[in-house]
Amino acid sequence: MSADLAIDVRGLVKKFGKKTAVNGVDIAMPRGQVWGFLGPNGSGKTTTIRMICGLLRATEGEGKTLGYDIRRDANEIKLRTGYMTQKFSFWTDMTIRENIEFVARLYRLEDSRLRVDETLEKLGLTDRQHQLAGDLSGGWKQRMALAAVTMHRPRLLLLDEPTAGVDPQARRDFWDEIHHLSLEGMTVLVSTHYMDEAERCDRIVYLANGQKVAEGTVPEIITRSGLVTFRGEGQGVRRLAERLKGRPGLDHVAYFGSALHVSGGNAAIIQSAIADEAAHDVEWNEVRPSLEDAFIAMMAEAGQDNRVHS
Amino acid sequence: MGMVASFQRVIAVFMKELVQMRRDRLTFAMMFGIPIVQLILFGYAINTDPKRLPAALLAEENTPIVRTLATALETSDYYRIILQTDDPRESSDLLARGEVAFVVSIPSGFTRGLIRGERPQILIEADASDPSASSGAIGQASSILNQALRHELTGQLAHLQSSPSPFDLVVHSKYNPEGITSYNIVPGLLGVILTMTLVMITGMAMTREAERGTMENLLAMPAAPSEVMIGKIMPYVGVGAAQTLVILIAADVLFGVPFAGSLWLLLLGVTIFVIANLAIGFTFSTVAQSQMQAMQLTFFFFLPSLLLSGFMFPFRGMPYWAQVIGEAFPLTHFLRLVRGVMLKDTSFAQLQAPLLAMTLFTAIVMTIALLRYRRTLD
Repeated sequence: MSADLAIDVRGLVKKFGKKTAVNGVDIAMPRGQVWGFLGPNGSGKTTTIRMICGLLRATEGEGKTLGYDIRRDANEIKLRTGYMTQKFSFWTDMTIRENIEFVARLYRLEDSRLRVDETLEKLGLTDRQHQLAGDLSGGWKQRMALAAVTMHRPRLLLLDEPTAGVDPQARRDFWDEIHHLSLEGMTVLVSTHYMDEAERCDRIVYLANGQKVAEGTVPEIITRSGLVTFRGEGQGVRRLAERLKGRPGLDHVAYFGSALHVSGGNAAIIQSAIADEAAHDVEWNEVRPSLEDAFIAMMAEAGQDNRVHS
Repeated sequence: MGMVASFQRVIAVFMKELVQMRRDRLTFAMMFGIPIVQLILFGYAINTDPKRLPAALLAEENTPIVRTLATALETSDYYRIILQTDDPRESSDLLARGEVAFVVSIPSGFTRGLIRGERPQILIEADASDPSASSGAIGQASSILNQALRHELTGQLAHLQSSPSPFDLVVHSKYNPEGITSYNIVPGLLGVILTMTLVMITGMAMTREAERGTMENLLAMPAAPSEVMIGKIMPYVGVGAAQTLVILIAADVLFGVPFAGSLWLLLLGVTIFVIANLAIGFTFSTVAQSQMQAMQLTFFFFLPSLLLSGFMFPFRGMPYWAQVIGEAFPLTHFLRLVRGVMLKDTSFAQLQAPLLAMTLFTAIVMTIALLRYRRTLD
C-alpha cells in the first residue's frame, strides 16, 4: 500500500442478509485528486462510501483510508474525513449556528467560536445564522452541509450525491467550492448522476450491481467503450427513435436534448440503419460519443438492470 | 354517478390504509396486543377485595386453641400464614419489608386466660401503608376467629360463647394509622410519573434521530455509540431529578405525606429507578422505527407496570402468576422502596431486595440496548 493513496481498498464486499450490495470493489485513489463515483441507483455507491469512512463494516475485503485500517481505525478515519450524506442530515430544528457549533464541539476544534464565525462568514450566512436550518432552500442546505463537514479541515471529503435536487446555478457554485477545496489539498470522492459533474472529475469509477465496471479518465472511458455515435437532428427524430430502437447492431438509441444519439460498436451497421430510415427533415453526423453514451452502453453490457430503488 | 365515483375513491383510500396497516407490524400487533393485555389483567389479575394476603403468626404458645385459630384464618381465604414464629423481631421485620400484610399475635397465657373468661387480647398489626389492601381482611378477622372458637368452646366451656366475644381483638394499623389513601398513592405516583415520562421521552428522542436521518450524520462524526447514548440520556436524568423534587415537595406541602425514613436512601432508589427507565426507553428506541412505534411500546410497557406493580391494586391480592409477572417490572420494586422509606422508615438492609432487583433489571436492559444499538449501525 502506498502512502500517496488517500483511499486504498481491495475486494470490498458488503452483504445485508442475503443481498449483496457491494461485491468486490477495489479503489486506489491518490491524494489531492477529485474522483467521480458513478452508477445507477442501488449500484452500491453509498454503501462503498460508508465502508470507506468506517460507518459500515465490510463483510469481506480490506484496505486503508488515509493510511488507517477501515476495520480497526474507524475513529481515526472519522476524525480526518468529512462525509456529506445523500439526504440532508443536519438538525432542522436547530439554527444554522447551533448546527455548526455542535459539529465544532464534536470534533473538539480549538477556538471553536472563532471557527464557527469564520465558517458562517465564508458561507455568507452570518446574517441568517439564527434561522432554523430547516428553513434553508435546497441549495443553501447543501452549502451549509458542505461547510459543516469541512470545518475540521478533513484530508478526505466524501460527498454522496451532494447536488441532487439543486438548481443549476447552485450546482455550479457547489462544484467551484469543491475545486477550491481540492486546490487546498483535499482529496474528494463525489458520487453523482450528472454527466457534466462527472466530466469535472480527474477520474471516474463506475459501479453497476455492486461491481466496478469501469475506471479511468473521461476520454479513456469513452475510448475504451469502442463506441461510434451518430447524432440526428431535425423535426423528424421523434418519429425515427421508435423505429431505430431494437434494431440489431444498435446498442442504444437515446435522446440528448432534442437530438437523437444512435450508438453501437460498428459504424457501417449504424450508417446502413440510418440510411434505411432516411428522412428529409433529419440530418445525421458522426460525433464523439459522450460519457453518457459510454455509460448506457456499459449498463447494457453489464446485463440486466438489477437496480434496487430505495 | 357522482356517488359511485366518490365511493370508489373511498374504497381506494380504504385499501391503501389496509396495505399500510399491514406493513406496520408493530402497530398491528399493538392493536390486538393491548386489548388482550387489558382483558387479562383487568379480568383475572386485579382484585379489589384481595384475598389470601400473606400474614405472620406470632404465637407465644402452641395449644389446640391457637392451632384452631390459625387454621380458621387460613381457611377463611383472607389470610395466608407464611410464617409461624415466637420471635417478635422476625415477624415485625417481615411486616417492615412488606412481605406480610399482617402479623397476628397471640400472647403466652392466651388459652388459660380464655378458659378463665378473662377476655385475653389478640393483636393484629396491619400494614396500612396500603389501606385498601388490608381493610377487607381486618373487617373479617373478628367473625372468623369467633366462628372458630364457637366450635371449640363446647361442653363446660359453652358459657364462653355468650357475647361479648371471649377474646379482645386489637387492631393496630401501622405506618398509616388513619388509613389515608393519599399517603399510599402520592409516593407511588412518583414511580408512575417517572416511568411514563422517562421511558417515552428517551424512546422518542433516539427514534427521532433515526426517523429524520440525522443519526447517520451523528455516527459519521467522531462520536462513539456510548458517547451518544450517555449524552442523550443525561438531560433526562435531570428531568427525572426535577420531577422527583416537585413530587416530594407536593407530597409534603399539598398532601402532608409523612417522610419517616432516610432521604438519601430514597434518592439512591430514585437514581437506580430513573436509570432503569431510561435504559428501557433507549432499548425501545432501538426497536421502534418511528416515534409513533416508540409511543406504542411505551404504552405497552406502562400499562402492565401500572396495573401489576401494586400501584392501583394491592400486589399481594393478585393471583400468583400475576405477582410473578409484576416482579419483572422495576416499578413494583420502586413502590416497595418508596413506600417503605417514606411511610415505614425501612432500613437499607431491609430494602436490599428491591434495590438489587432494580439494579439487575437495569443491567440486563442496558446490555440489550447496547447490543441492539451496535447492530443498528450496520
